[in-house]
Amino acid sequence: MKNLKTGKANLLVFAETLAELAENDKNILTVTSDSRGSGKLVAFGEKYPEQIVEVGIAEQNLVGVSAGLASTGKNVFTVSPASFLTARALEQVKNDVAYSDQAVTLVGISAGVSYGALGSTHHSIHDVAVLRAINNIDIIIPADNYEARQAIIASSKSKKPVYIKFGKKAMPYLPRIKEDFKIGKASKICEGKDIAFIACGETVTPAYEAALLLNKNGFSTEVISMHTIKPLDKNTTIETAKKCKCIITVEEHSIYGGLGEAVASLLLSEKIYKPFKIVGIPDEDTVTGSQTDIFNHYGISGEGLSQSAQNLLKH
Amino acid sequence: MKKFTNNELEIKSAKYRMALLKYIKKANAGHTGGSLSCTDILNVLYNDVLNVSPDNFSDNNRDRFIQSKGHSVEALYVVLANAGFFPEDDLEELCWYNSRYMGHPTRKVNGVEFNTGALGHGLPISAGIALAGKMDKATYKVYTLLGDGELAEGSNWEAAMMAAHYKLDNLTAILDHNALQITGPNREVCSPYPISDKWEAFGWKVIETKGNDIASLRKTFEKIPVENGKPTLIIANTIKGKGVSFMENEKKWHHGVPSDEQYELAIKEIESELKTLVDV
Repeated sequence: MKNLKTGKANLLVFAETLAELAENDKNILTVTSDSRGSGKLVAFGEKYPEQIVEVGIAEQNLVGVSAGLASTGKNVFTVSPASFLTARALEQVKNDVAYSDQAVTLVGISAGVSYGALGSTHHSIHDVAVLRAINNIDIIIPADNYEARQAIIASSKSKKPVYIKFGKKAMPYLPRIKEDFKIGKASKICEGKDIAFIACGETVTPAYEAALLLNKNGFSTEVISMHTIKPLDKNTTIETAKKCKCIITVEEHSIYGGLGEAVASLLLSEKIYKPFKIVGIPDEDTVTGSQTDIFNHYGISGEGLSQSAQNLLKH
Repeated sequence: MKKFTNNELEIKSAKYRMALLKYIKKANAGHTGGSLSCTDILNVLYNDVLNVSPDNFSDNNRDRFIQSKGHSVEALYVVLANAGFFPEDDLEELCWYNSRYMGHPTRKVNGVEFNTGALGHGLPISAGIALAGKMDKATYKVYTLLGDGELAEGSNWEAAMMAAHYKLDNLTAILDHNALQITGPNREVCSPYPISDKWEAFGWKVIETKGNDIASLRKTFEKIPVENGKPTLIIANTIKGKGVSFMENEKKWHHGVPSDEQYELAIKEIESELKTLVDV
């Protein structure tokens, strides 16, 4: 986007922030499954060799070991590709971390479809759905470098299990009404009264692009970065939905079980009946391509979302 | 910790068996065969080996015990109650509606370290705790009890490889080797054999012992770590359903609950054994 300054990959911000925290807190540990390279943690490992644990390519053991370490009081950040962390090791996430109430931060790297053409084995578009159904774990998907940094700082202080996912692409700095990051409190990117985009993670940028296009055409568009999917910020969601004429949710996730269905459930429960659309990855064999190709294919782009909004308003 | 004689511990085992049968009978649910097979192991751990008690349970330097074969929770509960973690009478409500004493270990129950029950979880968790101990130069030891059917879970082997890599000689896994799982003999279901060779090949030190013999178990635990720099696997050869003749080596008692008549018979058998122990 021309008028937004491009920052770093959220993943890189995660690694830098964790290194900062580790410098001052020797209790911080990162645990990896041959994933320090893809997690941008090589420098961390060189600088803090006592604060990184390598378990090899064994995600079930990765999460079990992390829970054991956390039970002794270590502040554990477990880093592995989101796809394997939340599928291969799901039972360990459920039982050893969430059910056993161990304050592990599970960091899903190269999340969503950011592995692009490597294909569905490496995509994590199921993770929010499965983790939402597990008690006692917060789910955070930062949109930009600001949220990425704040999410890591917040999770380092959290006494409960947290799942955070990061993509690989350099993200632009998004504007926001107020810089007041808090787990469970949405960030408002811009305000409007016709169309509401409630997006998360790397889809907030195309939602904002769509808002700029729509506003040029005379619409008033609100964009919410719902960085915490669980617990969902109900107040902001309800307030935005009541104010706007239509609501579109956007996520780098299956249209089943993610942000969209969480918002839909809330709005129906609150008797808010407005034109509504979930934009995400449909329930089909995901198209091959880069993350951008996949986003464009499924309408997760400024143009695509702008069109979706206009179509929705016509009904 | 009070030093018990072998005879005193044997008496405890008989009493534990009677107690666990009582609560399984009352709950009309439980894993009878496996609880009876691992009773002596838990007895020796909590009464002779572990530096853990209600008094030091929040001390980070306490020894840890993680029951990976969580289904044998009834044996764990009666041993924990006897160790003073909660009144044994609490177990009257085992598996009742809204009771904390559910059918697998839960941290809601005093003395339980981790919520277990799904198999293949205890060893990775224990390896993590042992690794933290090494990092912190702590002196605590970590013990985990595995079932033999559980060895088919791949996560055990991931953890076995990693524990040897990190030279976790503060970690001991005890295999409750009763050779029987819910479908039948391990050898027929999916053979875990040769168990010793496999674990040795993964870098562990392996010792075998009589898992239903108090004196043998005590001598075995005294040897740990058998080799500095290596985690230890104790293959404790046990009998599923140990202590009740008609339950021994019978797969149907994996989670069988005795009828009134069977319960009376079982208690009588254990009482007879107890009498011989008290008369010693």
